[in-house]
Formats: sequence, C-alpha cells, structure tokens
Amino acid sequence: MAVELDVFVGNTTIMDEEVYKLWLDGYTVNDAVKVRMEGGVMEECEASADVLLSDTMDQYRTFQMCERLLHSPAKLANQLLFQITPHRQAVLIERYYAFDDAFVREVLGKKLSKGTKKDLDDISAKTSVTLKSCRRQFDNFKRVFKVVEELKGPLVENIRQHFLLSDKLGRDYAAIVFFANNRFETGKRKLQYLTFQDFAFCAGQLINNWTVGAVDHMVEDMDVDLDKEFLQELKELKILITDKDLLDQHKSLVCTALRGKTKAFNEMEANFKNLSRGLVNIAAKLTNTKDVRDFFIDLVEKFIEPCRSDRWTAADMRLYLTHYTNSAHILDTFKHQVVWDRYMGVIKSCIFKMYHD
Amino acid sequence: MPGKLKAKIVAGRHLPVMDRASDLTDAFVEVKFGNTTFKTDVFPKSLNPQWNSEWFKFEVDDEDLQDEPLQVTVLDHDTYSANDAIGKVYIDIDPLLCTEAASVISGWFPIYDTIHGIRGEINVLVKVELFNDLNRFRQSSCGVKFFCTTSIPRCYRAAMVHGFVEELVVNEDPEYQWIDRIRTPRASNEARQRLISLMSGELQRKIGLKVLEMGGNAVVGYLQCFDLEGESGLVVRAIGTACTLDKLSSGSAPNTNTHTHPNTAPASNACNSPSKDGKESPLAHGCRSTHNSPVHSACNSQRLSQNFSVSVPTLIFTGMGSGGSVGKEAGPLKTLLRQQTQTALEQREFPFFTLTSFPPGFLVHVGGVVSARSVKLLDRIHNPDEPETRDAWWEEIRQEIKSHAKALGCHAVVGYSESTSICEEVCILSASGTASILNPRFMREGCLDIGIADHRFEEPSPPSCGFCHIPYDELNMPFPAQLTYCYHCRRQKVPDVLFTTIDLPSEASVTGKGCLIQARLCRLKKKAQGEVNATAISNMLPFMEYELHTQLMNKLKLRSMNALFGLHIQISVGENMLLGLASATGVYLTALPAPGGIQIAGKTPGDLSNDHISTIQKRINDTIAKNKELYQINPPELNEELVGSPIPEPRHRSRLFRSHSESSDEVSELDLSHGKKDAFVLEIDDTDAVEDIHSLLIDAPPPSGFYSCNTEVMPGINTWTSGVQMFTSVRVFRLSNANLTNQGLNKIFTDLCENLLKSFYFKLRSMIPCCLCHLNFTVAVPEDELIQVAVTAVAMTFDKDQTQEKPAEKPITKGSGDTEEQLQFSMELCADSSLANSQPPSKISGVPESSNISSRAASVDYGSFADRCSTWLELLRLKAHTIRRGSVKTISSLERSSPLPDGRSRSLRSTRSFGGTSVTVVKMTPLSFLPGTRIIKYLGIINMFFIRETTSLREEGGVSGFLHSFIAEVFAMVRAHVAALGGNAVVSYSMKECVFMENPNKNQAQCLINVSGDAVICVRESDPEATPSMTNSAQSCSSETDTAT
Repeated sequence: MAVELDVFVGNTTIMDEEVYKLWLDGYTVNDAVKVRMEGGVMEECEASADVLLSDTMDQYRTFQMCERLLHSPAKLANQLLFQITPHRQAVLIERYYAFDDAFVREVLGKKLSKGTKKDLDDISAKTSVTLKSCRRQFDNFKRVFKVVEELKGPLVENIRQHFLLSDKLGRDYAAIVFFANNRFETGKRKLQYLTFQDFAFCAGQLINNWTVGAVDHMVEDMDVDLDKEFLQELKELKILITDKDLLDQHKSLVCTALRGKTKAFNEMEANFKNLSRGLVNIAAKLTNTKDVRDFFIDLVEKFIEPCRSDRWTAADMRLYLTHYTNSAHILDTFKHQVVWDRYMGVIKSCIFKMYHD
Repeated sequence: MPGKLKAKIVAGRHLPVMDRASDLTDAFVEVKFGNTTFKTDVFPKSLNPQWNSEWFKFEVDDEDLQDEPLQVTVLDHDTYSANDAIGKVYIDIDPLLCTEAASVISGWFPIYDTIHGIRGEINVLVKVELFNDLNRFRQSSCGVKFFCTTSIPRCYRAAMVHGFVEELVVNEDPEYQWIDRIRTPRASNEARQRLISLMSGELQRKIGLKVLEMGGNAVVGYLQCFDLEGESGLVVRAIGTACTLDKLSSGSAPNTNTHTHPNTAPASNACNSPSKDGKESPLAHGCRSTHNSPVHSACNSQRLSQNFSVSVPTLIFTGMGSGGSVGKEAGPLKTLLRQQTQTALEQREFPFFTLTSFPPGFLVHVGGVVSARSVKLLDRIHNPDEPETRDAWWEEIRQEIKSHAKALGCHAVVGYSESTSICEEVCILSASGTASILNPRFMREGCLDIGIADHRFEEPSPPSCGFCHIPYDELNMPFPAQLTYCYHCRRQKVPDVLFTTIDLPSEASVTGKGCLIQARLCRLKKKAQGEVNATAISNMLPFMEYELHTQLMNKLKLRSMNALFGLHIQISVGENMLLGLASATGVYLTALPAPGGIQIAGKTPGDLSNDHISTIQKRINDTIAKNKELYQINPPELNEELVGSPIPEPRHRSRLFRSHSESSDEVSELDLSHGKKDAFVLEIDDTDAVEDIHSLLIDAPPPSGFYSCNTEVMPGINTWTSGVQMFTSVRVFRLSNANLTNQGLNKIFTDLCENLLKSFYFKLRSMIPCCLCHLNFTVAVPEDELIQVAVTAVAMTFDKDQTQEKPAEKPITKGSGDTEEQLQFSMELCADSSLANSQPPSKISGVPESSNISSRAASVDYGSFADRCSTWLELLRLKAHTIRRGSVKTISSLERSSPLPDGRSRSLRSTRSFGGTSVTVVKMTPLSFLPGTRIIKYLGIINMFFIRETTSLREEGGVSGFLHSFIAEVFAMVRAHVAALGGNAVVSYSMKECVFMENPNKNQAQCLINVSGDAVICVRESDPEATPSMTNSAQSCSSETDTAT
C-alpha cells in the first residue's frame, strides 16, 4: 500500500525557500525531510512526516524542472511554464548562483576543466560541501566563464546582464572568471589564510586598473586579460632598485616622512631596500605568464611576510605604503609616474586587503 | 461565404534543437483550417525564428468557424527526409465570433507536442471578419455567448432565464480504431485531440442553435464532459442554462451581490407577524428513497441494462401549498404564483437549471437534493450520426429527477449536474440537483426587466430565510421529517436539516462559519462481466447512497450544523470496487432549528459495556462542543426570546430552553437533554458500527487559520483580501493487499482524502489566515488496486480582523507563499521591502549602481498605496536612464543599501534582452470572481483538451514527474490562450477530466486532461473605469518596464 503518484501544482509556482536551500545544498529528499523535522516546521501546521515528505518531493521536483531555466536565467522571465513573481525569480536565480566560500576557495584560479571536475569529490570531502552542491557550483562557474568569454564590454556588467545577478554576486563571478582565466595560484599553503572575499577584492582592483578594459571599453576579453603594454612598461620601474642613488634617495624620503610616526620605524628603515626590491621585482616580472600566476604568492612572500614578522600593524602598513608611493613622485630622476601610480594603486589596496593583523 | 479568418505567424522562440549537427533548427509553420493549409517560409538555422508572415486568409462558413479550431503546426525543414514536426497549437476561434468578446487573438502560445510536451513558443495573430447578417443562422449559432460560470456573469443582467439546454455528440475513438494496427502514439493522440476539439465545437454550435430557438443569447453554467467509452466510442455531452443577458453599461456597478431584493424592506414586518398555525408534525427523522425496479431493459437496446435510482431524502420545505399553514393574506397570491411558475416551467421538458447561485428573488423555496443514477452496459455506437441510445439514457434519468422534484412539491431543479463513471463496459450515469420553487418573473416572456419588481407576486417571506421554508404540503410530506417554525421569521415551517447542491444564497443568514464535510465510502465488489456485473453494481448503489447520506448527517451533527450546500456525490466504479465520495459545505442556517446531539445506544446491551458507550458518548459530546467553538456557532436564541415572537406550543418553548442549556457546560445534563426525541441516535450493534463511529471522529478540523469549503465562498467570511492561489493536486494510491475488507478500504480511502487536505494546509501555510474554497474532489479507480483522487481548489486570503482597514496592502511574503497579488499589481515595492528586511543581507543585498538611485529608492513613500505605482515607475525610468548612460561601473561601498533597485533593473534588463516581450500574469480560480477585483469583460469560454504520452517515464521523473509537468503545461497553455485573448484571469476554472494510465514495465504513461473556464479581464475594485488597455499595462510589471524604457 503506497502512494504511487503525488503531485501538487499551483497556478503560481509555490516554492519554499528553506527547501530550496536544502536542495541547493545537495541534500537528498530524506535528509531534507529530517532537517525540516528538526527545524520544527511540523508543529507550525500540524503536519505529519508524510505530509512533509510529500511536500519536499514536490518542491524538489519543481526545482529540478526549473533548473534547466536557471541555466539561462533570461529565459525564466519569459517562459510560460511556471508563473513565478519577478521578485521570486530574482531570488531563485541569486540563490542558484550563490556559492560556498569554502568551495570557491578550493577552485579559485584553477582551470575550469573536466580534470578539475574530477577532483570535486576530494574537494567535497575537504570542505564538507556535498558533491551535488559542488557540481552545481562548479558548473555555474564554468557556464558563466563560457558565456562571458566571447563577449565584448565590461565583465561585471556582462555577467549581470546574462545571468541577472545582483551587483555583488556579479562582481564575485567576475573575480572567479578573472582568476580562472589568468590561473592565479591561490592554493599554496602560504595563501591559505586569505578568504575568497580578499581575492575577489583584489580581482576587482586588477580588473579595474590593469586590464585592457581599463583603457579601452570595447575590446574582446577586455576585462579578462591584463594590459600587455602596461606590463611591458612596468619593466621601466626597475630603475628604482637598480639605480643606487635613486634607491637611497627614495629611502631617505620615506624615512623622513615616517620618523616618529610609528613604533615599527626601525624595522621599516632596516627593511626598506628589501621591501622595495620585492615590490619592484614583482612589477618587472609580470610579463611572464608564470609570474603572473604567482602574483599573490609573491606579494605574500616578498612583502607581507617580512612585514608580519616585524609585527607591523595595519596602520603601519598603510602609512608605509602611502609614503612609499608618494615619495617616488618627488624623485627628480624618476620619470615613470603614471605607470608607478597605476601599479602602486593596485598593489596598495591589494596589500591592505591581504594584510591581516 | 459568411466569414473570413485571417492568421499571421509572427515569430517563434525557445525552439528545441532539431538538428544535432548545427544545434539549430530550420523551422517553418503550417497553418490549417478545415481543408485549407498555408505554409510560411523556412527560417533557417535559428531557435528564435522571425517569420513575420503575410496574412493567411481562409474563407469559410460560419458553421466551420464554430466547429473547427485553427491548427498551427511548427515543423523542422529537412532537405533529404520527411520534415519533423516540432509541435502544434490549436486555437479555438469561437471567442472572436462574438461581438462582445475578444476582437483579436494575439500572443505567444506554447508549442505543444503530445510526446515531448511544450517545445518553445510561437507568436500568432488571428482575426475574423464576419459579413453575414446575423439573422440568417441555420446551422451556425455565432454570437451566442457561453459561460462556465454557474451564476449570472458579473457584468451582465439576466433579462430572462429560459432554461435547460443539452446536447451530445458521439464518434468513434481514434485510439480504439487503430489500436489493433500498429499504433503510432503521436498520430493517435493528435487525432483524438483534434476530434474532441471538433466535437466540442460542434456541440457548442448545436447548443447555441437551441438557445437561439428559445430566444436566448447566452448559455450560463455550461458544463461539457466527455465519456471515453473505450471500444464503444467517444461521447461529448454538454448541459447548460439558456438565458437572455443584457450587458450592463460599465457605468452602473454590476455588483449583483449587493443588489438588495426589492422586497427586503418588509422582512422585519414579516418576522413580527404572528403565526397562527401551530400544527407540529412529530415525525421521526428518516430517509425516503425511491427505488425503481432494479432490472428493466432500456428502450431500444437489445442488451439488458440496469436502472436504479434514488432520490436522496432531504428535508427542506416551506409553507408553499400547505394552504392552511400560511398566513392568510399570502395564500391566494401564493397559489397564483405557483400556477404562474408552473405554467412557465411546464412548457419546458426539463425545468432544470445548471446555475448554483441566483439573482436575488429568483429562488423562492428549496425542497432538497434529488438525484438519480442508472447503470448501463455500453454497446458500440454503430451510427455516430444518431446518438439516440445515449440520448434516451439521459432522458430517462432526467425524467426521474423531474419526478423526484415533483414529489418534493417542487417544479424546478437548480444546481443541476450530470456525470458518468465508466469501467470497461459498465457505465454509471448520475444526475443530481436541488428541487426548488422559482420566481416566475425571470421566466416570463415580456417581463424582461428585473429591476421593476412585480409586487403582486412577491413572496412575503424574507429573503434571508424564505428559501428554507418547505415547498411541499406538510400534511402530505414526501418523506418523514421534523418540521418546526422558521427560527427567523416564525411564520412558516422549516425542516430540521436542509441539503442542497447550490451555493449558499448571498442573502441567507448564517450563524458562525461553515466547513467542508465529506463522506467517504469504499465497497468491494466481485469481478464480473456484462449483465451480472451491472446487476451487482446497481444492487450496491442504494446501500452506498444510504451510507454516504448517513455519514454526512452524522458529520453535520457532529459539527453542530444544520444545512449542507454544494453537495456533490460521486460514485466511481472499478473492476473490483465502488468508491463513493460526497462533499458539501456545512453551515448553521439561522432559520433552521439547532441540531440535536448524537446519542450512542447499544442495541444489545450485553455486547458492549456501558463504560465503553459512555466513553464514546463523551468523546462525541466533546467534539461537538469543540466544533461549536471552532466554527463560532452561537445561535442568537436569547435574542429571539427577547423579541418575543410567539410560539404557542410549549414543546417549542421547552425545546428552545433545552438548546439553550446546551451551551452551558454541564455535559451530563447535555446527554439527558438530547433525549430520544430530537437527538440523533446511533446504535452500536457490532464492531462495524464502532469502527464507523471512530471514523466519524477521525476527521481532523483544519489547523487554526484555515477554513475550507466546496462552495463559491465560505459562509461567514466576507473580508477577502487579494491573495489567490489556485492549485491542482493528484494522488494515486496503490492497494497492495489483495485481501482487503470493506473496513480496511474505507480507512485507506478516508486517510487518503484527509492526508491530501493536510498537505494542502501545510503547503499553503504561508497564506494564513486563508480559506480553501471550491475544493473539488474527483475520485476514480483507474485500474485494479488503484485509487486516484484529483483535487482542484483555490486558497484565498482574508482579513481575520474584520474591522481593520487596508487588507489588501498587507503583503503575504512570509516564506514561500508569495501570492499572485504581487505579480498582478505593482505591489512589488512593498513586498520587496518587507522581504529585504527579513532576509540575511549577505544573500541578496546588492550594491546600488549609483548613490543617486539609492537615495531615490529610500525616498519612496511606502505608506501610500496610491502613489506606489507611479513612484515605482519613476524609479524604473530613472534606473533605465542610468543604464543607458552606461554609468554603471561605479563606487561600491554603500553596504546597507536596499537590494531593491538592483532587483528592478535586473528584471528590466531581462525583458529588454528579449525585445520587450513579457509574460502577462494570468490568475486562475474555480470561483466566479476574484476577490478585490471587478470583471469588466468576458472574453469567451476556454475549453481545452490535451493528451500527453511518454515512452520514457523513468527519465521524466516517474509518474509524478510526468504528471507534474503535464499539469504545469496545461496551466501554461490555458494562461497563454487567455493572455492572447487580451485577458488577465480565468474564472470558473475546472478540470473536468484527468485520466491517467501507466505501464511502468514498458516505461510508458499516458494522461488526458480536459479543462474549462471563462477568460475575463478584471480590474482592481478600486480602479474607477479602467479600459482594457489600461488594465493590460497595469497587469504585468514587465510591461510597465517596457513603457518606462
């Protein structure tokens, strides 16, 4: 004796946000029912376990039927099969494309290929995000990547238009696409302390300032590829460390400005040449794809770690970098002010973000 | 050549990929009407083709226009092999034949394939030019309006109600014609769809002709059904009520409900006038059933057929006809009235009305439910052009109904409906209705204006109780019943219980709230063939009917109510069992006496201990007390005492006192006071009876915040807010145990129904306080061991606190239950804002694209509803402007800003990316109205039939997945057709048929669904005189965005 068929269809599609979340999180129907029972929904409406099971199955079925539409969210707005309020459509899409920080941290900067997809069960075990949910998130990344790959115009805006995402989520996806495209290394142990949001912020900085799109608004891949000319020009900055006079001059300017303003002054003074060499070397090497990939690890190794071992505070860091950047302008023989600003602007804000006290 | 049909194929979208190599499709369209076919050019390599065809013109007879649908077939061009069909759209052009209905059909239609379901959409434009003079009808009946609504449609006035119209057409079922050969599913499904569509058209045309003959211009309460008789063929039949309707000018508010009866004023007088006649008929409660000789052969049929019928004993009446018991002054007039009515009605073969609610004053008295059933053996229909056999069957049944009504002293039957249940070659035909006496004013020729009341014939009974008064002679009652004086006017006799198939008259006075009452019954039957089977079934029917009735009566008493409305009894036949389901809405009519309690008695005292009996008795009494509280049944008896209406008999007085004492807490007293005289006695003579009583008590009341009924609206609730959620639910239960008892089956069936209701409550919990209205259960036994229950109903929110204002403004955005309200009218602002508050901001909060906008959003006046729309538009316009300027990539640090502007701009862009098209929101409801709105135009009837079949059941998510998507597709197609007619809602929606068949071993399933309803345009009640075009733009927010951009 069993219910063989059980469906409930509303003229306006009924969707429970809690069940949607469970579905997205990859719970099986039975697990979802357990979670709901523990959540106390039953008392709310004198429901029994059967009722809950039937409702959960219905909802799961509805979501599965919607999933096809969610893959191209624009369709959701003018499909006829489900009558869903525009507001609810937005929620459905937003939640579908939302991701777990723990998961994205594992995938960030990796090639969105079949190979990576095969490793998802390891990631699932490591992050305790269900494999189903990992697959959905991975497929989302891949889908967005594929679509925007061939589009002209600003990356964030393209993502938002095609996937109808919020500004916040659009930017996050832009970061994911940007990282995947440039294959930035984020998985090294030294980088583990950084969150996805730290990287997303940095990606935003890089996209806005270092890509082709920062100069020209209508090129293909404008926000995905770094501006090659700019990277070439960065080599010119080497003069700051190769020219001994310039280096000393720069150091004395910075030290004068910093003296008495921070407890870490002695360390700053002692380390100035090392740190400056580190930053300028990073700039000079960015023409190599390999070194672009190591951008973040270089930042950490060459700058953040030395500072941290000297116990700089975040305020010290700000102070130092501000004066370090500005003092270069006063150097008479240094002619690359524009490139320097474009470089240091991004480096400054990335380091601020990446320097955790 | 009386008509020219023009069609234009504009574009397609979301087409499926037909060419695997290119992942694209070379689509073209065939447009077919009758025998003429046109083709568009092939639009190569696109999933969103733009054909923009010329106007295809069909010059046709208006007869064909009525019968035939326009057939649009989308195909994929293939150079080397045959073209592949993508799918079809059938467009019923009937709505265009009526000058008052739609003038053009234009919109996106889902392209439907019986194997694959919906495969993209196609944009079609259809127009009709009629150039004959409308008097020259012979075979056609263009211009007759059809309504599924079982009341006078809201923006019309009934100048005259002509009466019953019926027709049936038969044909061979293509499925069975071909089944012996190699059946290609698609071909036979499409042939069936097309055939039923044709037959529906023909049927409608023929009914229209009858209406024109009668001098009417419309059919109200149009009920069309089809019987899949299997090998013996396919029957499409319809009944309806012919009327002459006048369109109300939009100036006069067409709110028939609030129209008061011209004679309401004297009501109070009537109440005070003393009643002189005090004869009491101390008859025991009981049932009368007429039982025809169970076996007699049907007229022309060679085969034996079984005929059985029963008139359900129901106990209702008025002083009509019982000359002595009526106030003197009213007597002669009444007689006159009666004669008038009689002559008016007797001219008709069947004085039946499919209406369930009536203009004020139409319904004079109600006699009770009459029903008839007949078991027939199906025989092959040899000549489709002469469907006499089926006609004769129905004729028989209708005669039966007519005579039952006569026995109740009534000359009309209202709330009339017919149905069938078929299993193999056995068919049960059923008809039921409510015997009643009608006011002849509406039926007389030459007296078309109901506004001018004809006072000579006015009924002296007040409208709030008049319909309860018995219509038959109390000295010559058709069945034993207990009569008392009307508790409202004290002048005329009323029965103690009243059963009807109609809706509660709007003027009736009711105490407390109503509730859904269901009686459920399962009876095993031996498998048998032919006549033996038919005889067995017809022998079982009276017992089933009796038991269902007893259950209803018990449950009614248990809820302390005294009347049932909307009673619908369905008996379904299967190979090895019969299912009976009776649904009705119980209410406490103020005019009727308070029901006595239920007394338990052991027949053989030795069998059961007194303890046991008293425990049960206590439980029953507790339940009654609980129910009284739940449904707020506190009859105002004290008041009546104060009014001092004279009740001469001491017995009455004591009775009143007794019922008064019921409301006190002394339970033991209560037991005694219920006494043997007027309490309902249940005898426990065996374990079965104990089971029965337990099952009585099983019915759980709806959880708090919920009410349910199967009528149009819930008695006792009138503060509807605008939240509406129509739904269809289907459950199939497999009985695995072969050795089931009747008792076990009953329990399973009862649990199935109860669990369904519980599921609804749970799913709709976010709409609380809310009422499930028009709960329509359909049961079937599709196979051995399978029970199928299908339910269509609507959940409507209401304002619990009736005194509070601004009900509609409260958005119901708790959890999942977004009501359609937000879709329909531009209330998103308020909904979103509340949602934004309840959401964790991290999830959806976005960053506004410019601080300018966000400050704009913050300044929106949430308090004023009137401003909301315009403010919102303004916001959108601003937004759009910003986007065009391209100043989107800007600062990003306003963390706590509202997500609102984002959401808006998002939906804006989504519509823009598809060339500004958007989906019109279409509300659906099984009721004849939508709360908070006013219907300004009826666009025509929607009557659609679909078949869906799959040969990959598992891949489509099993039976549930298959049916789920099919029902969703049916909804989508109904909505698309309504939107194409320019409408924004379907009222009186119903799913007439849902036949589901599966063969899991072969991974196959098939389902047939028939739905109908009235397409309408409705506007918010608060909008003064909205034109349709205004309405449309107000309907969907995306179309607003279009105008805004």
